[in-house]
Amino acid sequence: MKKTVSIIAIALLTLAGASQASAQSRSALRINEVMVVNDSSLVDEYGQASAWIELFNANFAPLEISSVFLTNDPAEPRKYPVPLGDVNTDIPKRQHVVFFADGEPNRGTFHTSFTLTPGQDNWIGIYDADGLTLIDEVTVPASLLPNQSWARTEDGAGEWALRTGGENDYITPSSANVIKDTNRKIELFAERDENGFGMTIMAMAIVFSALLLLCLCFYAIGKTSAAISKMRKFRAHGVSKQEAPEDIAAHDSGEEIAAIVMALHEHLDTHDTENTILTINKVKRAYSPWSSKIYGLREVPNHTHAK
Amino acid sequence: MSFGDFLLNNLEQFWQLTGFANAQFGNFVMLAVGLFFIWLAIKKNFEPMLLVPIGFGILIGNIPFNTEAGLEIGIYEEGSVLNILYNGVAAGWYPPLIFLGIGAMTDFSALIANPKLMLIGAAAQFGIFGAYMVALAIGFSPDQAGAIAIIGGADGPTAIFLSSKLAPNLMGAIAVSAYSYMALVPVIQPPLMRLFTTKKERLIKMKPARAVSQNEKIIFPIVGMLLTCFVVPSGIPLLGMLFFGNLLRECGVTSRLAKTASNALTDIVTILLGMTVGASTQASQFLTPQTIFIFFLGFMAFVIASSSGVLFVKLFNLILPKEKKINPLIGNAGVSAVPMSARISNNLGLEYDPSNYLLMHAMGPNVAGVIGSAVAAGVLLGFLA
Repeated sequence: MKKTVSIIAIALLTLAGASQASAQSRSALRINEVMVVNDSSLVDEYGQASAWIELFNANFAPLEISSVFLTNDPAEPRKYPVPLGDVNTDIPKRQHVVFFADGEPNRGTFHTSFTLTPGQDNWIGIYDADGLTLIDEVTVPASLLPNQSWARTEDGAGEWALRTGGENDYITPSSANVIKDTNRKIELFAERDENGFGMTIMAMAIVFSALLLLCLCFYAIGKTSAAISKMRKFRAHGVSKQEAPEDIAAHDSGEEIAAIVMALHEHLDTHDTENTILTINKVKRAYSPWSSKIYGLREVPNHTHAK
Repeated sequence: MSFGDFLLNNLEQFWQLTGFANAQFGNFVMLAVGLFFIWLAIKKNFEPMLLVPIGFGILIGNIPFNTEAGLEIGIYEEGSVLNILYNGVAAGWYPPLIFLGIGAMTDFSALIANPKLMLIGAAAQFGIFGAYMVALAIGFSPDQAGAIAIIGGADGPTAIFLSSKLAPNLMGAIAVSAYSYMALVPVIQPPLMRLFTTKKERLIKMKPARAVSQNEKIIFPIVGMLLTCFVVPSGIPLLGMLFFGNLLRECGVTSRLAKTASNALTDIVTILLGMTVGASTQASQFLTPQTIFIFFLGFMAFVIASSSGVLFVKLFNLILPKEKKINPLIGNAGVSAVPMSARISNNLGLEYDPSNYLLMHAMGPNVAGVIGSAVAAGVLLGFLA
């Protein structure tokens, strides 16, 4: 009974952990860029230019977003549920999808049931499938002009900023807000640490710290273990730590252990009686050349080296 | 078209597909390299478990064929059999499986009994970062330099894992260089060990290690994984699998799993890893000036790693009491070529004192080197990926 209860408890804990893990991955969904008045930017598959909301999967794993809710009203979090059964709702790692806020949900998965209103602040939120957990939100300012977007300075992170569509603040529906043609981290190392001295100091410090930590930890565990075995020894001798003669605390030498083992062997392993029964049974097997190892296998050559 | 012309046309087309029609000088050079590796393994017994698969893989990867025929046979052609097998290298999941096997094979008792030996394993990682500095000076970018420098960790799977993340185009050369120098450890290390030690130091006798309880052996992989991975989470694939394998071995209730991880699984992955790494060294990718630099840097990394291990022990001895001095001949074992470098420490120790067995003492820094190089790889990955 106890065992069953434990197994159920473990299963429930695992389930809770798994659901938590799933919630964590959904929490990586981000509103990334929004355009309220779209005259000449992105057009949908019907050739219509309408307001759009770009979402970004900040995970380094695919993210399935069906059944999350998109809304423009905090009082009505379940306004537009992302439909089930569309393969395109599985966003690849670090990629984007665009929803058209055109109030035409019958046009497909990526058309919301609400619109955005020009000339006023537009609050947009994403709620998880429970309709209660707010995953991300943004308030797009009323000052946004037609064909301007409100976007994060970096995909999935950073501050929000106005984008006018100029050469240096381009509008990027369904693509990265910052176009990276190099790895900034590596560029910084190349610029600031030309000879690798900084990397060497940092990395060796980390390697030493990790192993030093392990070393100290096992030094302590070793000491504790020795103390515990000493205590057991005292208990076996029926004495307290204070009463114990000094030689009890010392480790048994290899010779002592070998002598004890030999004595036990001599004492126990007398071979007068055996506790097993030897029987011989005739086993009949029909011979077939198909199963004969003589035909199927050769000895594997074993190469020996001349010394 | 007559029947004779039809036959001739077909034969001519077939000729265009053969290796003879597509052969280039580079292919023959690489075939010679592959044969040399096989010869080294069989005749000289240099790391045969690795050099035979790699050598034969080089032969497989350098059979010339018409790449425009769309036969889907080359290792870099998506969907080919070799390409599917190569995924374990390219995506980096063979090395953690090898680490699982290494963990299941390794007895960490020597390290647990004398934890200060871990620091030797850390010191030897200086080979990686010394080579990193030299690689930058030669002109490699920081990510390439990091991928090349990891050769100094003397750990093939780690080198493959890191290079597949930081510099996939250099992975073939890095892997072949790492395994070659691991095979050459018995040639590279002894002269350095003699150079940096005095006769008196070589005769230091270390106290036998204390017995380690079963509980300590079980706690080690759990605490080891938690501590190292909390410090360097990017090392989780390697360190997690290493310590997991060790727990399978030490916990006493999963002997079947430990046996499979340390035998069948490791053998299978070693075969696939070695063969595909060899096959990835196609002449067009491998025969470049960069490869020569990589081999040079690999050699530098091994020299620096072995020397820094020995020199660190000498330095460490300055603060240790007389009865706890460490024989610097075990310093070379800080590079993680397990158990080859520990055997070298033992052999050299016996050369100077036939009663001085250093093997078990050297196994401490040796396995610490495995942990250290995985941590170093995690650090490089964290900084440069």
